Amino acid sequence: MARIILDHLAHSYSADPRGPSDYALKEIDHVWEQGGAYALLGPSGCGKTTLLNIISGLVIPTRGRILFDDRDVTTLPTEARNIAQVFQFPVVYDTMTVAGNLAFPLENRRVPRDVIAVRVKEIAGLLGLGRVLEHKARNLTADAKQKISLGRGLVRADVGAILFDEPLTVIDPHLKWQLRSTLKELHRRLNVTMIYVTHDQTEALTFADKVVVMHDGAVVQMGTPEELFERPAHTFVGHFIGSPGMNILPAQVEGATARVDGHAIQLLRLYPALPKGQRIEIGVRPEFVHLLPKGLGVPVQVRRLDDIGRTRIARVELAGQPMAASVADAVAIDGDEGSLAFDLEQLHVYADGHLVEGEPLAGAAP
Amino acid sequence: MKSVNQRAWFLVLPVFAIVLFSALLPLMTVVNYSVQDSFGNNQFFWNGIGWFQELLDPSSQLGERFFDSLWRNLLFSAIILLIEVPLGIIVALSMPRQSWTVAFCLVVMALPLLIPWNVVGTIWQVFGRGDIGLLGYVVNRLGIDYNYTASPLAAWTTIIVMDVWHWTSLVVLLCYAGLKSIPDAYYQAARIDGASRWAVFRTIQLPKMRRVLLIAVLLRFMDSFMIYTEPFVLTGGGPGNATTFLSIDLVKLALGQFDLGKAAAMSLVYNLIILAMCWVFYTVMTNADSDRGRRTAIDEPADTVAAGMPPASTVELDRKAA
Repeated sequence: MARIILDHLAHSYSADPRGPSDYALKEIDHVWEQGGAYALLGPSGCGKTTLLNIISGLVIPTRGRILFDDRDVTTLPTEARNIAQVFQFPVVYDTMTVAGNLAFPLENRRVPRDVIAVRVKEIAGLLGLGRVLEHKARNLTADAKQKISLGRGLVRADVGAILFDEPLTVIDPHLKWQLRSTLKELHRRLNVTMIYVTHDQTEALTFADKVVVMHDGAVVQMGTPEELFERPAHTFVGHFIGSPGMNILPAQVEGATARVDGHAIQLLRLYPALPKGQRIEIGVRPEFVHLLPKGLGVPVQVRRLDDIGRTRIARVELAGQPMAASVADAVAIDGDEGSLAFDLEQLHVYADGHLVEGEPLAGAAP
Repeated sequence: MKSVNQRAWFLVLPVFAIVLFSALLPLMTVVNYSVQDSFGNNQFFWNGIGWFQELLDPSSQLGERFFDSLWRNLLFSAIILLIEVPLGIIVALSMPRQSWTVAFCLVVMALPLLIPWNVVGTIWQVFGRGDIGLLGYVVNRLGIDYNYTASPLAAWTTIIVMDVWHWTSLVVLLCYAGLKSIPDAYYQAARIDGASRWAVFRTIQLPKMRRVLLIAVLLRFMDSFMIYTEPFVLTGGGPGNATTFLSIDLVKLALGQFDLGKAAAMSLVYNLIILAMCWVFYTVMTNADSDRGRRTAIDEPADTVAAGMPPASTVELDRKAA
């Protein structure tokens, strides 16, 4: 049982880090609550695997502390922590049977034989491995091997957190969905913290209750999938999550009016004190921008209409800036001219990439 | 229908011609000799399978000599494998994985492999001498009577140490290559599973080295079973016949006594033994690999997890207890 606390944690792979650019993981303060399902989402090389390895004890951080509940485990070796990890490529012990694999961590910890037998049976049942217990582990498919890796963590009664390092990379697409729902199901049944590292937003958003988005060695936002979608705290989050990503447009914002290349857009909040000299942008997701026929909103050039099955996405240009907008089925566009209508409550203002909270508009309806 | 141009066979004709002259004709000559008795002045008499009968009959003079050197050779190969394979594994395990020392170790390991066989024999012949050789002198000064030209034990010890010195590197290099191919995740998983150093070796390193180890065992067996140059230079097969291995015996018979018939019969049998051994190793290796490609899919889809699962209460309970 563990609540994992990261206390001013930072890590650099160079022996003598000087500037912030030497840090693979910039300073981070974070609490992983007991029993949560978390996803660590970010592009390759953003430091998420480093963070995972620090939690599991494979890497000792350069600075800061890591606590499991109130116990400082910063320098504790992996085997002394109550965590388990599932790796990108399935790790099974080739010469052993599935049962032997599952029993291995317990045998190493000198658990009595009868207890081992009971646990192995129970966990094999949970994972759907019951029928292959006596098979050699090396003859199984990749998804079964990943289940074995997971099982080796689950059999240990002391495990409070399980870390997943892109566990579905080598799994066939049609099995990914299955394995992910198995994970969710296990998380629901067992009171165990799960931290799931991935660069795939679908995996992250479907698996986790809370998603932590990392970019360039730092955490840029943590929140529920809805929060990440509706209120990205950073333009990177807006861009990285969603397909296509958020539209980001350079704008001048004064009071409650945003101007994009001379076109005024009325905002629902006041932005009186935007810092001077910073890059001001407005961001809005394609889902909240609607393409309409010419003359009904902000005029744009229509470049292309993509039918992506459920909806249509228009690629448009607003003042030379490419944007994506959704197109309702009923709307027909003639030629390459159209106009945009914005869902104003979904329009956000960013200063140097960071979300700016506006003030409520005086006299506006509550 | 597709027509086949048979004239392409002419292109491989030169190869056939070369193989004919380099391998097939000499082999047939040996077969020819093996069924005849030779006398001086190039006289040959038909002897049928007489030499083979004599060779494989331990009570005859030729047979006794053949089986003596055969057992000697098998014992030698067994000792070599028993020493070099475990030693090679131990050295490979203790070699560094990264930093500049890797290159240094690899070069040092490769050095003995680069020395020609007869030079190795000469080096150890001088090295082991009691008067001018460092090894022989030191060992004698320590009070141990050591003379490889007089004592069979000393001769065997010297040849074995020499072979270990010469060839353990090969096993080391092969094992090292096998070890390097193990992904880090295996070691990390083993740490998380709380595996001891011995358990890591037994469950990860040894299984992953198995294929290269088979190759190493095969190569070392073949080489030690056919060993000739080093003991020939070092001891010449002596003292007495103590280190006369099959190949040395064969040369003695063919070039020393010029008994071409006996020598031909013996070389054919020797050849067949090696072929048989090769076949055994090949079969073992292919069988060890054959169950690798098969994949068993588990036909228990994930949805049975939810349905056919006993209540998870016990899991939950001891988790809370922990």
